[in-house]
Amino acid sequence: MHKNLFEVKITDIVELTKAKIVAGNPADIFLIEKAFSSDLMSDVLTLDEENILLITGLANVQLIRTAEMSDIHVVLLARNKKASSEMIQLAEENGLVLLETPFSIFKTSGILFSNGLKPVY
Amino acid sequence: MAIELNFEIKESDFSLAGKASSKIKKMLKQLNVDAKIIKRIVVAIYEAEVNVVAHSFGGNLMAKIDEKKIEVTVTDRGPGIENIEKAMEAGYSTASKKVREMGFGAGMGLPNIEKNTDELKITSKPGGGTTLFFRNYL
Repeated sequence: MHKNLFEVKITDIVELTKAKIVAGNPADIFLIEKAFSSDLMSDVLTLDEENILLITGLANVQLIRTAEMSDIHVVLLARNKKASSEMIQLAEENGLVLLETPFSIFKTSGILFSNGLKPVY
Repeated sequence: MAIELNFEIKESDFSLAGKASSKIKKMLKQLNVDAKIIKRIVVAIYEAEVNVVAHSFGGNLMAKIDEKKIEVTVTDRGPGIENIEKAMEAGYSTASKKVREMGFGAGMGLPNIEKNTDELKITSKPGGGTTLFFRNYL
């Protein structure tokens, strides 16, 4: 397991959260340093950081649009939420890696935090 | 050389919110504009699109891009903002339950547009339309 305290691989995120890759190629992006958990896109849009992992339970097209505008390249859908075909298509068009985990946001965040992902604030 | 782009924004149609900002983002990338500058302007445009979808009877968005700047004018057909000062306050919102379920309506839209733009002007009157003009230097 990759144990660098500052960066986590997407393939590690997939393994740690038992996630399924529904869009994008996880090998395209190698390392992630920080994550943000939110169901509120309004808050995601106020972040100044880019290249973070977004953990959310909100599964709609606006999630993909928010990620696109915020320069977020990896989104992890928690609470067993499923991406719609429209979401997957839009994610593919924008080169976004979209993952689905059966874990809750709390569990997902806890696992990734203890494996080195840092909070945005 | 200036590029002008026009988009129609339909009332309540969340599936299309982000079309204008997405197209403009791709165009600014092609023009090799700095990624941080692109992010600020497209976040502002996206917030404005969501605002028109969430709060108005529909409207349109026009973007003008030249070598030095991007200017965006967003006009809607009403119902107008009752108290602009209040609407600019972070956390103040009149959004419906539906809008909140979409992940918005936290009262962050206009303050976030202000944060992400170099110049912003809002004109509105209750019963009439609202016009948002903002400009960012590239």
